[in-house]
Amino acid sequence: MLRWAQAALSRRSLLLGGGAATIGATTICASKTVAQEGHGNHGAPATAPMSATMPSQHSAHGAMITVGTVDNDRNGFHPTKILTDWYTGTVDDLPDGRRLRTFEIAAEDKEIEIAPGVMFPAWTYNGRVPGPALRATEGERLRFVFRNYGSHPHSMHFHGIHAARMDGVPGAGLIAPGEEFVYEFDAKPFGCHLYHCHALPLARHLHKGMYGLFVIDPDPARHLDNAEVAKSRLYGSPENADWQELAMIMNAFDTNFDGENEFYACNTIAHCYAKEPIRIEKDRPVRIYLVNITEFDPINSFHLHGNFFDYFDQGTTLAPTLRMVDLIMQCQAQRGILEFTYREHEAGLYMFHAHQSEFTELGWMGMFDVVETLS
Amino acid sequence: MNENPRNFPPVSTTAPGPRHLLWLVLPLIVLVAAVLWLLEGDPLRGFDNGAPPVENLTVERTVLDEDGLRLQVRAGSSEPMTIAQVQVDSAYWQFRQDPSGTISRGDTAWVAIPFPWVLGEAHKVTFVTNTGATFDHEIPVAVPTSKVSGSGLASQALLGAFVGILPVAIGLLCYPALRGAGRNTMTFLLAMTVGLLAFLFVDTMIEASEFAEESAAIFQGSVMVILTAVASFLALVAIGRRHGGSPTGLALATYIAIGIGLHNFGEGLAIGAAFAAGAAGLGTFLVLGFTLHNITEGIGIAAPILHIRPKIVHFLGLAMLAGGPAVLGIWLGSLAVAPHWTAIVLAIGAGAIAQVIVEVTAIVARGHDARGDYTRMLNPAAFGGIAAGLAFMYVTAMLVKIS
Repeated sequence: MLRWAQAALSRRSLLLGGGAATIGATTICASKTVAQEGHGNHGAPATAPMSATMPSQHSAHGAMITVGTVDNDRNGFHPTKILTDWYTGTVDDLPDGRRLRTFEIAAEDKEIEIAPGVMFPAWTYNGRVPGPALRATEGERLRFVFRNYGSHPHSMHFHGIHAARMDGVPGAGLIAPGEEFVYEFDAKPFGCHLYHCHALPLARHLHKGMYGLFVIDPDPARHLDNAEVAKSRLYGSPENADWQELAMIMNAFDTNFDGENEFYACNTIAHCYAKEPIRIEKDRPVRIYLVNITEFDPINSFHLHGNFFDYFDQGTTLAPTLRMVDLIMQCQAQRGILEFTYREHEAGLYMFHAHQSEFTELGWMGMFDVVETLS
Repeated sequence: MNENPRNFPPVSTTAPGPRHLLWLVLPLIVLVAAVLWLLEGDPLRGFDNGAPPVENLTVERTVLDEDGLRLQVRAGSSEPMTIAQVQVDSAYWQFRQDPSGTISRGDTAWVAIPFPWVLGEAHKVTFVTNTGATFDHEIPVAVPTSKVSGSGLASQALLGAFVGILPVAIGLLCYPALRGAGRNTMTFLLAMTVGLLAFLFVDTMIEASEFAEESAAIFQGSVMVILTAVASFLALVAIGRRHGGSPTGLALATYIAIGIGLHNFGEGLAIGAAFAAGAAGLGTFLVLGFTLHNITEGIGIAAPILHIRPKIVHFLGLAMLAGGPAVLGIWLGSLAVAPHWTAIVLAIGAGAIAQVIVEVTAIVARGHDARGDYTRMLNPAAFGGIAAGLAFMYVTAMLVKIS
């Protein structure tokens, strides 16, 4: 006899009669602060960062944010530190006068906390997701000593120019657990690249966390017509020191393995830069090395609030491929360099996020805390 | 040899005494030892294949108010589980869990989300556990959950009166007209009661099963419904026949009223739950359909008392007994009760209906010469009565069925 009720239940919308109640919850204001008391598996209560006495960076998204904090120490990596944590390897001189740069990288299984209280059984390079941000200079000889301590076959497949036998695909540098392989090739072309595991099935190996930035800086000596720009991109140069460079990978996690992501992030931890804004000195220019590695969704994007930037698609040019934009989109493995400055801006919190609202609201949102330059 | 159990020698020749019970200590010791061994020695660790624990989460109550959403969840996982994050419509929201921390198997907790829900629209809540598993809960139509208030209770009581009390009263008002019923008319009316009760039985059992499916797995929905219905049936049969023989007259009418009343209570719970869940599309036409649908219930209650002289107070009592619970049900149901309670009430109602089906059938079978003959149920008057009862219920149910 209740079919009428159940039928009415399936309706997506409701025609409101004259006497219908109209006390919607629209009065809930965005500044309401609540938080769970903390997760059972956490030592520290999660309430602290949400308290009303905190600065207002949370209020930009109000109550729409993940609850609690991630134990970065247990993860072994900190999202704020990996922004600037470049792995430059060790350098030797070769007999022909070139430089040999050697990196040591190990694949290992590791459970990581990708959002407060949510554990994910990741496959990692050097115990972190994203893997170490590798940085070399154009023209160097590169050597990557890769050891597989994981439970599945893995590889390192570099986006770059190299021989087929160094490609990191099955039959060319894909190694079983316990094995070791050395990839060797020249650093070219300069740009903002990436590496990832190319074991099959590719989707699983990617979304489990096996990817990282691979940046090749231009050699100023090879770009005399644009030497100043090249110098500013060369890690460790005096010109480069003025820039605030950030390594960012847009990634996502399908925690219930249903082929859809539950968490989106920039650098793995959902909402990490919303809860701990990235400090930017307003007089120094900003350069972001940005990669999209999001699995399952065709594209991802980067939108900057209150500012515009120049974009260098794949970073393989010294002149911008897009000028004065505040939004770029990237398919999976697409990447590029963003350059912008807050020199003319007021200090304050400037948001950045994917402009797919769903990604934003599932964790891919952050803040730049632009402050006066201290001198 | 001799297989007759009566001829088996007694198990023990010693006189039964308290000392005998001491032997219960032995199985107890074995049980405790086995439990301790399992907990301490972990001899089954070989089965631990590294798989995450099986998790289950059921939303039992959903409350929408000016503070947002509140949901009561029940954990049904193999180990205590943790709600790590909560999404509403694919966005993470802050939430407050009470009590906080892990939720043990079978325990419940309230989760409050300050979500600005939109009146009349659909929302989806997703719970993400610490292992990354997700559990979805649909809010098909968001409407404010009713609160206990004078005007609310009054309007719900009015609705309950229309779907419960009024039809029974109208049916009972047929009493004077039916008094002169002859033998065949009497048989027809009683058989019609059996028919309508049979319809209610099937309807109630199906509804109970549907609510049981929504309830937490730990309650084993179908088993719970069937066992509850059987227990209710047996208990009412035992009470009804405590003086020997099946009840007749006013007693039988009372049992029919109890059965229909329990059914209407479950029905009221379900109607209230539908309101709580946002099924507000209750039109005048539907209420009238319900009234019409339930009129035969009154006639059914009147049938056993046609040949005695009940007092007015009896009629009032029977009407309240059969129809009044609908009001109580709607009151309770609109406060968003957990589905397993509705399933249990409906199952008790189904058992009670089965009891009166059996007893009314017994009266028809007994006939006027008091000789039990169940083939009487197949004579034209009885058969026609059953068919008429079923057909009337089925056709009037079409009035209240939308899809």
